[in-house]
Amino acid sequence: MSSRTKASVGVGLLLLSCLSLSVLALRISDDVRERTILKEALYIPSPKAVKALSLGYTGLMADLYWTRVVQYFGGKHHQGAEQYKLLAPLLDITTTLDPHLLVAYEFGSIFLAQRPPEGAGDPEAAAALVKKGIRENPEAWRLWYHLGFIYFEELHDSKAASAAFLEGSKVPGALPWMQVMAAALAQHAGEAETARYLWTQIYNSSENPDIRANAAKRLLALRVDEEVERLQSVADRYRRETATLPESFLQLVQAGYLPGVPVDPLGNPYLLVDGRVQVSRPNSLPFITKGLPPGQKPSIVAPPKGGIP
Amino acid sequence: MIGRIRVIAFNTFREAVRDRVLYNLVVFAILMVGGALLLGRISLRIERLVLVNLGLTAIALFGIVIAIFLGIGLVSKEIERRTLYTVLAARPVRRWEFIVGKQLGLIATLVVNAGFMSAGFFAALLYLQHRFEAADRFLLVALYFIVLQFVVITSLALMFSTFSSPLLSTIFTFALFVIGTFAEDLRGFGAMAGGSTRALTSALAYVLPNFAVFNVVSEVAHSIPVPGRLILFNSLYALLYATAVTSAAVLIFDRRNLK
Repeated sequence: MSSRTKASVGVGLLLLSCLSLSVLALRISDDVRERTILKEALYIPSPKAVKALSLGYTGLMADLYWTRVVQYFGGKHHQGAEQYKLLAPLLDITTTLDPHLLVAYEFGSIFLAQRPPEGAGDPEAAAALVKKGIRENPEAWRLWYHLGFIYFEELHDSKAASAAFLEGSKVPGALPWMQVMAAALAQHAGEAETARYLWTQIYNSSENPDIRANAAKRLLALRVDEEVERLQSVADRYRRETATLPESFLQLVQAGYLPGVPVDPLGNPYLLVDGRVQVSRPNSLPFITKGLPPGQKPSIVAPPKGGIP
Repeated sequence: MIGRIRVIAFNTFREAVRDRVLYNLVVFAILMVGGALLLGRISLRIERLVLVNLGLTAIALFGIVIAIFLGIGLVSKEIERRTLYTVLAARPVRRWEFIVGKQLGLIATLVVNAGFMSAGFFAALLYLQHRFEAADRFLLVALYFIVLQFVVITSLALMFSTFSSPLLSTIFTFALFVIGTFAEDLRGFGAMAGGSTRALTSALAYVLPNFAVFNVVSEVAHSIPVPGRLILFNSLYALLYATAVTSAAVLIFDRRNLK
């Protein structure tokens, strides 16, 4: 082996060993950074300052920030993080730079609202973001859908959710099921009058037979709920006045509390089980919230998870 | 041997200092630092943040531009001017000594430049705060990491300059700088991918330079301490990586036919 080849082999070995050791040093550096340095810091936390610094190229800057939001969320989600400290401020900057970037409101609110580790678990911030989007984009009815979804799914406020869907349904171009959602959620929230009004309106105005059939079922369920409530108050009165538990509606009829054995709108008789009013065929009456057998939960229409198809 | 390397390094430094374009860039960087003061004024309570973020970023970016433009010409210029033959043929200088000398000379130039730019930066900071605070010492760490970036960039530019034209060397070095800045994203992508893509991206993330690891600008802007271990291992990383790249440069240059 010539001296030149020997030198080359030496330099090659030096190259390889330095490169391998550099990987080792880099891994340790990464580990130190990960553990001790707060990576979660924004260069410029003020949206207005970022806007000023973008020198008018706010659209491009917003795109970059939105990319950063996605990267940040993706990275955190991948780590199974419990905290997403920068998510809300990053989204605020993004939407201040470009108030018409609908994707930032739509997906940003999902990122913010979902419980950790699926998201930041901050539904209030998510609702505030969507409200900002609605202010800036009044024609975007889908944002009302997202707001209603956050109220219903994360904040468990069916009344507010119903109001959001109803507002959204008024925006030109909104799909008919926005009104359906508003009515369903009003019913779920116990707002019987609102629900009846909305379902009747849907039944009368919709040309879609499925939507009309659904509205009819809903109106039927509202009627059953009211009847069950009325019959339950009669049974309770009998129990108070006679100090005995009514065993059947026939007993109440014989005692003069009812003119006859009550039947539901489909013609099936109501039952009295341990003093409690029940429908005899609950499966034929979807959407009822009262008179269900013990353990059976009321069914409501829930929006598809993850967005609108 | 050390003496020969020192002479080459000194000549490289002297030649770089004579370059007027360099002064323009340094002045421009200092102006940018000054401009950060004005930009800080248009916002609310983030004057120091803007100054530190923009100031350190300006120092880093202008330094990298200087490193690339000086680095890519180190060998190719000598070949073009035919001064390389004089150095290597007429004097007892080995090729690797020439490369290492050039590299050290360029690093010295960049350190001096960074020193001037940092002086401007600290003057602006003093003007803003009217005094230096204890947390400002972390800014020195950020500046040190910027210099470490220069060391790695210089070695890359020098390596490309041993076999490529100045234009291509610029493109290659700048591309590696951009990739290295997003090295963590590359690794994140690898972690999310599966199979051979994962192996390939992970390997690439470690073989390609990682400039993200040197970036503590946002942390020091928030006065967050930089751990000593990070300073140690970042220094080691820069040294080892630069040595590896310089070794590659030596290997290529050693085989190059200069006639």
